[in-house]
Amino acid sequence: MSIEIRMPALSPTMEKGTLAKWLIKEGDTIAAGDVIAEIETDKATMEVEAADEGKVGKLAVAAGTADVPVGTVIAVLLEEGEAGVASPSTSPSLPRKRESSAEEKVDSRLRGNDEQKKSAPILPSAPTPQPTVPAAHDDARIFASPLARRIAKQSGIDLNTLQGSGPGGRVVKRDLEGKAPLARPQVAATAATAVAPATVYGPADAPHEEVKLSTMRKVIAERLSESKRTVPHFYMTVDVQMDHLLAARKDINEAEGLKLSVNDFIIKALAIALKRVPEANVQFAGDKLYRYSRADVSVAVAIDGGLITPIIRGADTKGLIEISNEMRALAEKARAGKLMPEDYKGGTISLSNLGMYGIKEFEAVINPPQAAILAVGAAEQRAVIKNGQIVPATVMSATLSVDHRAIDGAIGAKLLTAFKALIENPARLAL
Amino acid sequence: MSIDVKAGLKSQTVREALRDAMAEEMRRDPDVFLMGEEVAQYQGAYKVSQGLLDEFGPKRVMDTPITEHGFAGLGVGAAFAGLKPIIEFMTFNFAMQAIDQIINSAAKTRYMSGGQIGCPIVFRGPNGAASRVAAQHSQNYAAWYAHIPGLKVVAPYSAADAKGLLKAAIRDPNPVVFLENEILYGKTFDVPEGDDWIVPLGKSAVVREGSDVTLVAYSIAVGQCLEAADALAADGVSAEVIDLRTLRPLDLEPVIASVQKTNRLLVVEEGWPTCGISAEVSARVTEQAFDYLDAPVLRVANADVPTPYAANLEKLWLISPEKIITAAKAALYRD
Repeated sequence: MSIEIRMPALSPTMEKGTLAKWLIKEGDTIAAGDVIAEIETDKATMEVEAADEGKVGKLAVAAGTADVPVGTVIAVLLEEGEAGVASPSTSPSLPRKRESSAEEKVDSRLRGNDEQKKSAPILPSAPTPQPTVPAAHDDARIFASPLARRIAKQSGIDLNTLQGSGPGGRVVKRDLEGKAPLARPQVAATAATAVAPATVYGPADAPHEEVKLSTMRKVIAERLSESKRTVPHFYMTVDVQMDHLLAARKDINEAEGLKLSVNDFIIKALAIALKRVPEANVQFAGDKLYRYSRADVSVAVAIDGGLITPIIRGADTKGLIEISNEMRALAEKARAGKLMPEDYKGGTISLSNLGMYGIKEFEAVINPPQAAILAVGAAEQRAVIKNGQIVPATVMSATLSVDHRAIDGAIGAKLLTAFKALIENPARLAL
Repeated sequence: MSIDVKAGLKSQTVREALRDAMAEEMRRDPDVFLMGEEVAQYQGAYKVSQGLLDEFGPKRVMDTPITEHGFAGLGVGAAFAGLKPIIEFMTFNFAMQAIDQIINSAAKTRYMSGGQIGCPIVFRGPNGAASRVAAQHSQNYAAWYAHIPGLKVVAPYSAADAKGLLKAAIRDPNPVVFLENEILYGKTFDVPEGDDWIVPLGKSAVVREGSDVTLVAYSIAVGQCLEAADALAADGVSAEVIDLRTLRPLDLEPVIASVQKTNRLLVVEEGWPTCGISAEVSARVTEQAFDYLDAPVLRVANADVPTPYAANLEKLWLISPEKIITAAKAALYRD
């Protein structure tokens, strides 16, 4: 019997991917573990290994095909002695047990009622109606409450991607709370214009070309639209004097032959500040907050065609050298498109630094589901007043964007004050 | 519950409120009269007709023999002829003797006479379980009568509703089955002062607002829902309670609106679940608000067996606030 290879889910949130490249062709014989294809997900390009051995009977999806839903048959392997393939079912197939259950029913009915009663419980293969939790991406029917189905439909959430928490794995309303819709269907004209005006407008009359959105661009657009649309942002800015920190950094780098960046210090300071103000290390989740006991800093890294936020986990407990090395490795991986989901999934706060571009200060969009992001500008010479005298100092403006559902102004201010104190007194980073 | 009245409120039992409703309507309309077993000399088997014989005399407050089929039929005939009888059954368990008069004579005649003969009659009396009166005398007839086109069926919980709805029932030009509850007779509520307090038939009411789960009930079950709602509130669950008050015609507008808010519904009934009022509400809400349900509509009703006589078994048979709380948590997917 032939073996169907399906589009795998390479991350928990993956719903579809681009089949970037085939590394096998029809007629090839492959072994389990062979790399057969490269698949571009919303964040990275990943290699897919064969789980079975066999001869490639058919490549059902052409290389370069975008938005192939998870679970779609992408190739068919033939087992020994098998000749060809009729045509693979490209649509998700129905669970086969239904057939056998129908047969069982007919069988037992023929045997008569009494016998059915007696024999039914001991039928070895009698399909028990097991309300198992439908595995994500399973082709079987998804059990969901009518309300959950309606919400999912209206917000364009694929029920296949959810784990139901109700009885028998039923997807209920609470399972949909906080889920970012990937693509909103145009339910009604009003909803569509309110939600995705970009789909309504054509180009301006200036000469132009159309650039197809990369998967990453789409995700950035959707996630950040969702954030600005649903997260009540507020912003607070503080000026931080950098002279002590810059001096300390220069000393360390010269004496130790290191290349610690200002950003490495900022990552550590932000993580320590977050540990000191645990009320700010939270995430809003519908009817509850998640309060984190570890400070994981997602650091925005600009890469070709977008940006990505790899994470320095537990940055408050790591030394500057460790942070620096880790950050360098993550940035390299990011630029090469080789980050693994565990490198960028999670994080309890984000940091975006545009200081190297000479930006004085800016306000960042919160990276959901996180509750805050710190945007730092350039450290620059400014005139400040100290003891009644105007004196030069190196100053950096840092702006915290905060999700007001999770964090109030006073808590945000505490976090920012703690951050400022650490940067201005860098010796404390060693505590 | 909010009672919007300019007049003051007085504290009254359901028993007194029902008596006042009849007395006020008898004063207002000489065609209204009361007939039934022990309603006159004995002042009512449950003392609901206290003082009526003294005030209105034996022509308008009449004791009958123990012949439900007979006096219910007399009442129906009087109503055909233009009077406005109130027929008291000592309990609705005994009205089974008279059910042909209620269903075939009272309910159908306006329709079958092409609108020429009406039947402005009220059949009233206690309904449902009391306490240890066993299988034959503990039955809830709400679903039986609510099944019949041509009848209106009322089952109040509070004294204010009992009074206002009974007055509306007496004034209604159609036959009304008015289901009281023996245990509620002695329960005290605030009732608006004055003789113009009317509660329209066919309107349910939100008696407690909430946001997490909707509890719908009628008669004595409303009180148990309110108790359950208090306990649920202590557990962080906000339950909305709706009193159906009239069972036919059934006003589900507030129920649908509530389900759109809470997404979960429990229908509570001191009666059997099978083909009951709770089953009817469940079916209609599923038809009309399917897309708003996050959990199956659940029924909390008596056990589907004859009422046990033994006190411990009777307690297990009946609904209780605890059973309502358990079901509410199931609807909320909580343990």
